[in-house]
Order: sequence, then C-alpha cells, then structure tokens
Amino acid sequence: MLPEEVAKFIGKTGDITVMEVEKGAIRRYADAVGDFNPLYWDEEYAAKSRYGSIIAPPGFFGWPTRWSQWGPTYTNLREELMAALARAGYRRALDGGIDYEFFSPVRAGDILAASPKIIDIYQRETKTGTLIFTVTETTYTSQNGELVAKARQTLIYR
Amino acid sequence: MAKQLYWENVEVGSEIPPLTKVATTRMLVKWAGAIGDFNPLHYDDGFAASQGVGKPIVHGQLKRAWLVQLLTDWIGEQGTLKKFSCQFRKVDYPQAMKTIIEPRDGEPWWCKGTVTKKYIKGEEHWIECEIWVENGKGEKTTPGSAAIILPSRGKDFY
Repeated sequence: MLPEEVAKFIGKTGDITVMEVEKGAIRRYADAVGDFNPLYWDEEYAAKSRYGSIIAPPGFFGWPTRWSQWGPTYTNLREELMAALARAGYRRALDGGIDYEFFSPVRAGDILAASPKIIDIYQRETKTGTLIFTVTETTYTSQNGELVAKARQTLIYR
Repeated sequence: MAKQLYWENVEVGSEIPPLTKVATTRMLVKWAGAIGDFNPLHYDDGFAASQGVGKPIVHGQLKRAWLVQLLTDWIGEQGTLKKFSCQFRKVDYPQAMKTIIEPRDGEPWWCKGTVTKKYIKGEEHWIECEIWVENGKGEKTTPGSAAIILPSRGKDFY
C-alpha cells in the first residue's frame, strides 16, 4: 500500500512553466550531446530546410522564464511530492526513464507552456526493498495554442 | 549528413547505423549546464555514494539525448520522430579526463537499434524501432523504442 500522503498526489497538476526556446540554448544542448546537425546550428541551412528556421532537437524544450531554486527540471509539484516521499522514508531518487510523443517541431523563438500532472504513483517490492515509481506527464503547448509534445517521466524512489 | 532515408529503403530487421559516444566528466558538466540538471548525484562524490550508486553517474537524460541523435541522424531532415521512449536500467559512470579536452582511455558507449515494424497509416509511412545504449562491457544499460514517419518515394518507385 502506498503511504497515504504520497498517494494523494495522483492526479495533481502543477504550475505552468513558460519556456523560451533560444538559439544559444539549443547550441549549448547540441554541443553537450555532441550533435552537430546543421538544423540546430546553421541559420542559413535551417532557413532552406522544411522547418524554415533553426529547430531544437526533439526532447529539448528550452528554458523557463522564471527559475525555481531547483532549475528547469523541477516544478513546485515535484518539490512537494519529493518532500512527501522523504517524510515517508523514500529519500533517494533515480531517473527511471522517459516517454515522448512529438506532435510538431520546436523552433528557436518559440515560447512553450509546460504543464505537469502526476498521472500515476505505484510501488514494487524488490529483493532490496520497496520502490515507489512516480509518473509525471508534462504537456507542451506553443504560443499558437498548438500541442507540441507530451513527455511522461518516471522517477524511482527508495 | 547522410543522404535522405526513404521508407522503401528499410526493412524489418534493418540495422540503424550505430553511433558511438564517450560520456566524460567534462560532457556531464556541459550537459548539466545545458539542461539545467544540477543534481549532485552527477558530480559530488560524497553525495553519489550516499545515494547508493557508488560514485557520480551519467545523467539518464544525456543517454536519452544520444539515442534521439541516433535516430535523427539516420532519418534525415525529411524523417519525423513521432514517439520515443527509453528506460534507465543500469547506471553508467563517466570517463575521467586526461587533458583539457581528451578523456582517459576507456571503452566508448554504443547507441544501436533495429527496425521492428513497417506499415502505412493513411498517407503516412511509419516504422518502429528498438533502440539501446550499450556500455563498454556490451551491457544494454538504456533500452528503448521509437516510432518514425519516413518520406516515401511514392507509387512510381516500383
């Protein structure tokens, strides 16, 4: 049985984060990965491509216009859930994986609204103890109101 | 960049051209800055040890970004990544640096994949793939899957 104070987070939504997709941020991301695809780097090349401009690699959504103390990958909702898990004795977290649906390309200059929701929390018994899995779905919408992508991230707490 | 891939040029069982990567301590610093993940799990020896992973580990999401590149390099500008999923099953440790830019000697990681399905949905030509990151010991640390729409040469091709 999931601890009650953790289970109550299922279905909760967090604040919307506004993300700006900047060319420099795209380059730093692509550089870190070691990806020199000209669609991410070369404006002239990208302008002639089917995208018409520099695009972000799939899975990069830009930077928030306002940071939490944690940075772009955390929201108030995740902080609250982590605190509840810590109180229940689950203090160590590992990234379990991610699952994306891509609906449209993300271009330099786009402004995205990232809206998170905890869609599932479950536990598994293992040889080394109980693990709690949380699944957060973030929906990304562009300044045109278009659905751009959905990401479901699983975190593993122990 | 490789020439454009067409739906007619792949079969179930086709192998994706492998992509080699080396996760170095330097790359992890670049990644942390680029994505905004400042979790000390990835740079602080004492903290990593306290989390039960031994020493600082490679960010799962960096491995995810490698796998996205494996696919985008292969499908070319006209291909569209629609779905992507991966799980972080085993931790990976970064290679230490020998000089400011070169890592110490060690086995690289390999990103690989194969085509598992091929079908048409309306006007769209889809493939599905199984993908993974293999470490220097040949262990699949990061398995995953993807769904892609490829351009077709059209009915006139045959």
